[in-house]
Amino acid sequence: MSDVVLQSIVKRYDGALAVDHVSLAIKEGELVALLGPSGCGKTTTLRMIGGFIPVTEGRILVGGRDLTGLPPNKRNMGFGFQNYALFPHMSVGENVAFGLQMRKLPKAEIARKVQIALDRVKLAHLADRLPKQLSGGQQQRVALARALVIEPDVLLLDEPLSNLDAQLRNEMKLEIRAIQQQLGITTVFVTHDQDEALSVADRVVLMRAGRIEQQGAPDDLFGRPASRFAAEFMGVTNLLPGEVCGAGRFRLDGGEEVAVPMGAAGSDLSLALRPERVALGEPGEAGANSLPAVVEFVTYRGLVIDYRVRTTSGLTLIARRPSPALGGPAPLAAGQPVRASWLPEAGVLVPA
Amino acid sequence: MEPLAINRVYAAISAIVLAFVVLPLGAVVWVSFFANRILSFPATGYTFDWYVRAWQMDSFRNGFVTSVETALIAVAISLALGVPASLALVRGRFPGRDAIQTLLLSPMVVPGIVGGAALFMAFIELEVLLDVDISGTLPGLLVAHGLIALPWTVRLVTASLVGMSPAYEEAAQSLGAGRLTTFFRVTLPIIKPGIVAAALFSFVISFIDLEKSIFLVGPGRTTLQIALVSYLEWNLDSTVAAVATVQILIIGVLLLVSDRYARLSRAF
Repeated sequence: MSDVVLQSIVKRYDGALAVDHVSLAIKEGELVALLGPSGCGKTTTLRMIGGFIPVTEGRILVGGRDLTGLPPNKRNMGFGFQNYALFPHMSVGENVAFGLQMRKLPKAEIARKVQIALDRVKLAHLADRLPKQLSGGQQQRVALARALVIEPDVLLLDEPLSNLDAQLRNEMKLEIRAIQQQLGITTVFVTHDQDEALSVADRVVLMRAGRIEQQGAPDDLFGRPASRFAAEFMGVTNLLPGEVCGAGRFRLDGGEEVAVPMGAAGSDLSLALRPERVALGEPGEAGANSLPAVVEFVTYRGLVIDYRVRTTSGLTLIARRPSPALGGPAPLAAGQPVRASWLPEAGVLVPA
Repeated sequence: MEPLAINRVYAAISAIVLAFVVLPLGAVVWVSFFANRILSFPATGYTFDWYVRAWQMDSFRNGFVTSVETALIAVAISLALGVPASLALVRGRFPGRDAIQTLLLSPMVVPGIVGGAALFMAFIELEVLLDVDISGTLPGLLVAHGLIALPWTVRLVTASLVGMSPAYEEAAQSLGAGRLTTFFRVTLPIIKPGIVAAALFSFVISFIDLEKSIFLVGPGRTTLQIALVSYLEWNLDSTVAAVATVQILIIGVLLLVSDRYARLSRAF
């Protein structure tokens, strides 16, 4: 177990920067999620830590030891691949034993450790099967057992859940987190799914165009996005551009003035507003941050219903309400006049 | 047109193409059983005599042995060169990679007679330069056949490497395996079907070669195909058809087996 330090690492491909001076200190036993859209450099960063891609500049330290130039087989890291990469010609037991054989452990020792590793993922009864005889979830568990049996200093996981269906993904998410905490192993988890990142990580590192856009604890990132990009990536659908026009006052580009949290100043800002925080009321009701609007489009999503409404000044907002299945109010129909309102403290101002 | 009608048209075209390929072979097989002393139609009767006669003829028997030996060594040469070359071409990133790949595959597209003549002239030049015999010797023939088989090996092994996710090799490395261990314990077993197919296909390609060999065989080192051509120059009977039928059988079986290991269609 060790901490991981990335010192200003850079990956340049033919002049293009895939990873642009990323510095990150990961504490021992911490699970950090690298989150971002495809092409943001998260996987490249992970593969540089694993040693599969050489860094162009910068250093990678694990437990204080500089690993920058070392090949993957000298790094003692466990790597979980997106497609699991179980050796198709070896049984489950042989797959898990492989890393121990490379370490030249005695046979009895290997058998004992393989047993423990498979027990940990509850697959000891499948040790003689070939990978292709297993389900996706079982393959993922074997891959995890194989990566962990070598007692790596760091566990690296590249989109480990993306090939599983929704139900299984939730299960595996919890299992990975449980095993990670049980072993206290420093882990880097790459994903493009904010929900996954928020639910497994101690810290979420949001990446964009090769740089770290924002990092922090899950509730930090979710509740206080620091940029328009971060807000959008964390599921904020309403971003209303405008400028601060007084203490706690914000003038939207459409002309309306609304109340916002105190403290922010400047122009070229956007008011980030989660759809769940936008209430839809009777057309007559007045109040703070309350704009007359018309329902344009209704999307039924099971537990919630999304309403796209257009204010009389031309702004488009998404409001999300519990559906009747969750005890919510009766659905509205397109064309219905409403009032869209929100509490001043529900908004966050981010740079546009 | 209705989908069904289109399917019928496809079926008819396929049948015509298949007939075009198979009928001449079928004719050879048929003729090999004719009892006529000189090849002519119609058959006066049917016999196995031509097969017996073919086996009794030294030139065919020795040619067959030479061809098998040559083909086996050609397989060894083409695997020894082709497998590492394919690995470098698929996994490596270096300048001139595409050019080298094209070069390695070129013997496949250069007409055999041109390649054979080129080799022959190169051998003569080398002989003058080094003062040793090359053309007409066994090593010369083996080099040529290695060259005939090499592009097919590169093609088939490259195809199976391209189809193999690099993640398997990375997984082995992350578990502590060095490059050699990774190759022997992970890469090789995974691409084995491609290698087996390459070996079988290389064997066939070398075995049936006529154009390159014709320049390079020496006295006592005649391959089966050349023995056949020489025989045809002065004789017209069904011995040749009998030899051809045996070859069709051997090659057909080898191709079927290699197709079972790696879908040949995937490589072309």
